[in-house]
Amino acid sequence: MALKMVKGSIDRMFDKNLQDLVRGIRNHKEDEAKYISQCIDEIKQELKQDNIAVKANAVCKLTYLQMLGYDISWAAFNIIEVMSASKFTFKRIGYLAASQCFHEGTDVIMLTTNQIRKDLSSPNQYDTGVALTGLSCFVTPDLARDLANDIMTLMSHTKPYIRKKAVLIMYKVFLKYPESLRPAFPRLKEKLEDPDPGVQSAAVNVICELARRNPKNYLSLAPLFFKLMTSSTNNWVLIKIIKLFGALTPLEPRLGKKLIEPLTNLIHSTSAMSLLYECVNTVIAVLISLSSGMPNHSASIQLCVQKLRILIEDSDQNLKYLGLLAMSKILKTHPKSVQSHKDLILQCLDDKDESIRLRALDLLYGMVSKKNLMEIVKKLMIHVDKAEGTTYRDELLTKIIDICSQSNYQYITNFEWYISILVELTRLEGTRHGHLIAAQMLDVAIRVKAIRKFAVSQMAMLLDNAHLLASNTQRNGICEVLYAAAWICGEFSEHLEEANQTLEAMLRPKVTTLPGHIQAVYVQNMVKLYASILQQKEQAGDKEAAQEITQLMIERLPQFVQSADLEVQERASCILQLIKYIQKLQAKEVPVAEEVIALFAGELNPVAPKAQKKVPVPEGLDLDAWINEPPSDSESEDEKPKTIFHEEEQRHSRHRQPEIDEEELARRREARKQEQANNPFYIKSSPSPQKRYQDTPGVEHIPVVQIDLSVPLKVPGMPMSDQYVKLEEERRHKQKLEKDKKKKKQKKEKRGKHHRHNSLHTESEEDIAPAHHVDIITEEMPENALPSDEDDKDPNDPYKALDIDLDKPLADSEKLPVQRHRNVETLKSPDSEAALVEKKSKKPKKKEKKHKEKERDKGKKKEKEKKVVEEEEEEEEKKGEDLDFWLSTAPAPAPAPQAQSEPALGAAVVAEPQEVKKEEREERDDEEEEDEGKQKSSKHKKKKHKKEKEEKSKDKKKSKKKSHHSEEEPPESVQNGTLEDEPLPPMSSYRLLAENPFIKMTYDIQGNLQNDSQVTVSVIFENKSTSFLKSMELNVLDSLNTKMLRPEGSSVHDGIPVPFQLPPGISNEAQFVFTLQSIIMAQKLKGTLSFIVKNDEGSTHEKLDFKLHFSCASYLITTPCYSDAFAKLLESGDLHMSSIKVDGISISFQHLLAKICFHHHFSVVERVDSCASMYSRSIQGHHVCLLVKKGENSVSIDGKCNDSTLLSNLLDEMKETLSKC
Amino acid sequence: MIKAILIFNNHGKPRLSKFYQRYSEDTQQQIIRETFHLVSKRDENVCNFLEGGLLIGGSDNKLIYRHYATLYFVFCVDSSESELGILDLIQVFVETLDKCFENVCELDLIFHVDKVHNILAEMVMGGMVLETNMNEIVTQIDAQNKLEKSEAGLAGAPARAVSAVKNMNLPEIPRNINIGDISIKVPNLPTFK
Repeated sequence: MALKMVKGSIDRMFDKNLQDLVRGIRNHKEDEAKYISQCIDEIKQELKQDNIAVKANAVCKLTYLQMLGYDISWAAFNIIEVMSASKFTFKRIGYLAASQCFHEGTDVIMLTTNQIRKDLSSPNQYDTGVALTGLSCFVTPDLARDLANDIMTLMSHTKPYIRKKAVLIMYKVFLKYPESLRPAFPRLKEKLEDPDPGVQSAAVNVICELARRNPKNYLSLAPLFFKLMTSSTNNWVLIKIIKLFGALTPLEPRLGKKLIEPLTNLIHSTSAMSLLYECVNTVIAVLISLSSGMPNHSASIQLCVQKLRILIEDSDQNLKYLGLLAMSKILKTHPKSVQSHKDLILQCLDDKDESIRLRALDLLYGMVSKKNLMEIVKKLMIHVDKAEGTTYRDELLTKIIDICSQSNYQYITNFEWYISILVELTRLEGTRHGHLIAAQMLDVAIRVKAIRKFAVSQMAMLLDNAHLLASNTQRNGICEVLYAAAWICGEFSEHLEEANQTLEAMLRPKVTTLPGHIQAVYVQNMVKLYASILQQKEQAGDKEAAQEITQLMIERLPQFVQSADLEVQERASCILQLIKYIQKLQAKEVPVAEEVIALFAGELNPVAPKAQKKVPVPEGLDLDAWINEPPSDSESEDEKPKTIFHEEEQRHSRHRQPEIDEEELARRREARKQEQANNPFYIKSSPSPQKRYQDTPGVEHIPVVQIDLSVPLKVPGMPMSDQYVKLEEERRHKQKLEKDKKKKKQKKEKRGKHHRHNSLHTESEEDIAPAHHVDIITEEMPENALPSDEDDKDPNDPYKALDIDLDKPLADSEKLPVQRHRNVETLKSPDSEAALVEKKSKKPKKKEKKHKEKERDKGKKKEKEKKVVEEEEEEEEKKGEDLDFWLSTAPAPAPAPQAQSEPALGAAVVAEPQEVKKEEREERDDEEEEDEGKQKSSKHKKKKHKKEKEEKSKDKKKSKKKSHHSEEEPPESVQNGTLEDEPLPPMSSYRLLAENPFIKMTYDIQGNLQNDSQVTVSVIFENKSTSFLKSMELNVLDSLNTKMLRPEGSSVHDGIPVPFQLPPGISNEAQFVFTLQSIIMAQKLKGTLSFIVKNDEGSTHEKLDFKLHFSCASYLITTPCYSDAFAKLLESGDLHMSSIKVDGISISFQHLLAKICFHHHFSVVERVDSCASMYSRSIQGHHVCLLVKKGENSVSIDGKCNDSTLLSNLLDEMKETLSKC
Repeated sequence: MIKAILIFNNHGKPRLSKFYQRYSEDTQQQIIRETFHLVSKRDENVCNFLEGGLLIGGSDNKLIYRHYATLYFVFCVDSSESELGILDLIQVFVETLDKCFENVCELDLIFHVDKVHNILAEMVMGGMVLETNMNEIVTQIDAQNKLEKSEAGLAGAPARAVSAVKNMNLPEIPRNINIGDISIKVPNLPTFK
């Protein structure tokens, strides 16, 4: 045999291996694609061969090609073949390929379940390891569900190598199959204290990852982690734990207090920068979570800032970067302590490393104040000039705008200065952010009324110099500002001094080279301009000038009429026509200005982006109610669109915000009003926007806070923002003097001009009054807008499913699905699978369920939920007590060495696994009694007493539940066979095939959904002897109707080798595919298993004959059916009917149904009292409907089916099953 | 969580790509290209962290990379990983490669990408750090190699001989990517050794 193998390998050694492929690709640089497609053809040939080594080699090459971007999903089946190779070498290749290219959409992935399970339980740890690694990359919800139990077993494997992998992969399993979290959690928690550091680290890793997403569920683990933190020396573990604490502290400030001490100790003692950095980070998180009023924490802040400064000053760029990053977190709550390091941060702006400069910029954002804004922006402007790369310059630009516009222009004291800055920024060439500048200009001009005059003059200047900005419009984003300029000049044309000149500038031929949307704004706004000029001239009585300007328009507008841009063309031609009409009127000497200006009357106000969304639904309007009755479900023929429809509906309802009760709403509204009242930039309760438009054509009625102007508005020439810095300084000086004076005055009379919103800003800095009084018009909101900001949450967050309370004790029903030697799931249709999951999870995510049924269920569900909530509350209380205990009693760990031991003691008590909690609690009570004397003991006894009571009442509840089920059987619809909580006896669909002293075979037959003439026979071989069984070969005598599927080329008399050997006492499963023509009758096939028994005395050939029985039920596939579709089917009249009656049935109806479901592959359509309708489908598409009725001790079954023979055979089989009951 | 691990050379040619999140092959290539573009234009002595690109990015993600001779090693991670820790992990990874290939160079990675994958699988699993101790990793790799050799047994011999012949005329490219004296400073994490 060895010789044969050598021969085989010589044959293939001239095949290309991976190295040859790589070499080939490197040698075909010019026609790489062609060469690779050639190679893929070769690979396809290789994959067709039987030799597993050749296949593995081919798959290995495919993996390489995948990295180069080639889709290799077509080879998925071959990859699975290689995965199932017995040799580790090949297996590893297979799993690697699978991990690179399998995903949830890979359809063959369900075929891997058994293979993976086999590998997981392999005696070779590397087989297991490689399977775990592969699985971690492509685990699907189905795989997770089917394998969760196997993986959980591996978590207690003897080898740490397997343990750590099993622990890590659990995270992936949780993500895909959230129901596994609670049953698996206790064991995961145990692993936190595993003797092997690798396993421990893995467990910490998983829990940290879980806790990061849903921290509140893991608060109770805090004591355990605290203990780990003070005892572990593994930096990886420490970092993870400290990061975890960072996530937990916001939920429990007391935890933060406890942490500060040991963390500061770590900061002082560690030499590892990574650890130091994470400690600082968490301390910052703690400090943020604590109310800032704590006096003794300023030391901690100082320590952090000081350490960060060291990091920032380090020559290592990485540390510098991280230092700045952490600094920005402190900034949010303790801006003062950061601001003292402004020098350092400004210095970082000069760093050659762009990432560092960007971080420093971020910091600047939070460091500005009214006082230093101008100075900082000036520095930034210098950087803008110096910046070489456009990306960094653009970044600077956006930052400048961000810094200035933050919190409603809070820090801007002089808007003229800001406008000048914006205008200066327009000189940047090639920036992408023209639209940003434009948006700012518009925003400021619209919202700051006082600045309009100045803004308009600046914008006019921009329009005049448009040729500078628009030099090469294609690449240049800066021409966007012309959009703003044109609009501002048009809208606020009353402020223009030289309107004629501006109008001419807008009518220049050069304008037509601008992008269409800008031209459109030009055209529209030149009319506004025209209108205001017209008015001016008419008022002045200068008719000639008025006619002149009309003539100018008529002459120049046609260039826009010819524009290629639809918008421009349309507006221009419309306006041209209008102006021609005006000209006619002017010729008749009719005054027109008033009417023209009326075209643009009314003030535009900014509207908040969310305004539309916040319009409250008027009372009595139900958006979810049907306007017309929906078409009845039962009418439509096919099922598909219906399910889609229902899913959608489901989604909608999820989007809806949780309803807030009136009181809460009112409270929030009040709070908002309060907030607004305190904010100087808010307009106080204004009339509704619509009303305002109707009542007040002018602007004067918009309520604004009036302030005075102290600086002359007009600055001649192009603005230089620097001038303002100087002006500002002078002004401040003056102000200060004034203030001093006033202070003296104030003693006499308490009146001053400057008593506006000083008090409203918690002025940490010296109060600086703005240069002009600014009315910042806030964005409009609809009346009664709902004040909720939670509308940004993503409903599809995959981690949401893991938000599971872990402290509740495990219920009996919460078990991981254990394999019962049955792989129905993998062969079932996806629909039925979904139903199965639903049933198991018992969660109300019944996507595919009918609307009606939902309604019906609702009442019941609610009741259940209520109960659950109650229980949860109880649990919550308990949990709270535990944590409270730890947080309050464990002594504050003072010096470092003590900190390690003492709190650990406190922690150990609570940190034990949850199941033993109750005993633990009592123990602890005892401890306490010893510790603290008897003063408390009575109290504790009371507690205990209470608990006992609780337990009792719980028991009662349980028993009630049971009786409820067995006696009354409420009339309700049931989705599928196994139902409710009542335990079902273990059932196995595996039947005995044959048995002798060496081996036992059991088998199960499953229909194949993909192929209407195939069934799969799964045979479990169990080695009963003490010898080694090998070379097993299974053969059957084909009948005319039923044939075993053999590999191509082999004759009908060849057996099929079983792909494994059996060591003593081991069992394993192999699958064989059979084809059949007719399925209406049961079949029997004779067959033989031949095998070699090998033991110390030598080896012998053995044979075992068997009869393979294909029952009719094995051709059925469990298929769910909705009641209406079921009713239609019955009404259709195409079905033959037959019935049976079986007497002497003693088992409960529910068990009976379960039996039929399980053994005969039916599903329950509907169940009312002791009557149920059931449905199944054969692989060839026969519908089988059953009506099962239970009498006193008899059962009658009426069946309907397309084929009468099939039906009668099925009923006979059922009779047999039932008579055994 | 680690979202992806990429190795490519100075010209952006991928030498290893491992994604722990599903992306289509085209997107994977785009990500590699984008990442290369981001990383390659950075100077030698700037920090090793980058805000993520657009494709694999998101505000939570970061690129952490190291540049060794002709190769870039890039890890894309989210905020649950410690930046300095990952930098160290890259160092461990490269040192492990160096040990397993005996003076690793780009050619080793080019021709034995499967082995690199196997080594990586011992360090990172499904996007989570599995092992950081180099000796432990090397032990496991050695044991697996041994197993592989024993499986090949007699049958493997001719194939090995042929591949030895094939390898004789490999293009001569300077070996050694100089792991010993990398200019990048490693923040010390004492327990990692």
